Amino acid sequence: MYDIIIVGAGPAGISAGLYARRANKNVLIIYSGESNLEKAEKIDNYYGFVNGISGKDLYENGIRQAENIGVEVKKEEVLNIEMTLDGFAVKTIDNVYESSVCIIATGNKKLRPNIKGIIELEGKGVSYCAICDGFFYRNKNVVVIGNGKYAVSEAKDLENIVQNVKILTDGKEMEADTTFDVDTRKISQIIGEDRVEAIKFEDGDTIDVNGVFIALGEAGGSDFAKKIGVILDKDSIKVDENMATNVKGLYSCGNSTGGLLQVSKAVYEGAVAGLSAVKYLNERK
Amino acid sequence: MSVIVLSEDNFDEEVRKTDKKVLVDFYADWCGPCKMMAPAIEKIAEEVAEYAKVGKVNVDDSPEIAEEFGIMSIPTLLIFENGEVIHKHVGVTDKETLMSELK
Repeated sequence: MYDIIIVGAGPAGISAGLYARRANKNVLIIYSGESNLEKAEKIDNYYGFVNGISGKDLYENGIRQAENIGVEVKKEEVLNIEMTLDGFAVKTIDNVYESSVCIIATGNKKLRPNIKGIIELEGKGVSYCAICDGFFYRNKNVVVIGNGKYAVSEAKDLENIVQNVKILTDGKEMEADTTFDVDTRKISQIIGEDRVEAIKFEDGDTIDVNGVFIALGEAGGSDFAKKIGVILDKDSIKVDENMATNVKGLYSCGNSTGGLLQVSKAVYEGAVAGLSAVKYLNERK
Repeated sequence: MSVIVLSEDNFDEEVRKTDKKVLVDFYADWCGPCKMMAPAIEKIAEEVAEYAKVGKVNVDDSPEIAEEFGIMSIPTLLIFENGEVIHKHVGVTDKETLMSELK
């Protein structure tokens, strides 16, 4: 059992980890995938680098810095974060890690794909949580929109409840192994008025479905948040000035909380989240 | 006032035939986000007691009511006025938004 698990190893997650570790907390950082920072060719507007620094170098330095002071860092894809009696269980593809506090610093992931009809049909057949809403689709036909392990994991949560589940990649390549039916055609629209009725593809073909579950790419901060019951503001996690969410012991920082998508903002919020988490743990004792 | 447990037996009486606004929380015991929403619902019930009502529908116990209002995702929060739905929120919603809509 860790004191704090931080999901995400960008500037926000690392900064939170540094402050928490320096306060003698037992910290695990789990990350996977590409960080936005890693992809930035050069960062010219961050304090202290005379000639700028490549995003990749800044990102890798951050991870090494955290490891050097005793933060445990693991590269694993997180599929879900669940609440337990005394904290959180962070589920990766192969493992489950538990902690008293969890900090979501996964960056800004788009929750919704740009498909006509999605927003209008939310709560009317469009869902973001298989485990929460699968119940409403007993013996019905559903699809999961996504192309990674996260989509497969959502499909697995549905397969014992629904009649049929298919994965639609919306024009992308399927990046995970699966035995589920996969359709890679690009989607043009989700059809329905009061309820989801069908999916229309760009080639003009339609298939009848009752439910559409969204699970794009890798699961991100807003995906985890929705399943736990964190209040979101559009795709961003809503936090107070201490980076606390509405769920006790759960914090978020950096691009996950929206606003300015800058390293400086992420570092600041990470520091606040780390210190708030430490305070919460100390007061809980 | 505490949260009214709604079922087919009392839904008409408590929600449709009242002159007060009513917030109805559709939930289930196995739904994590619903549990997160529950304390806020209790607080709202206390704070609006003088001018509005708050009730909850367990979708496992009362599937007909959930079906009637097309509930496909929980928690879903509906606000009724004169028996009609005037606001609908799918997913955990902040207390302030619900409080302002009940005024």
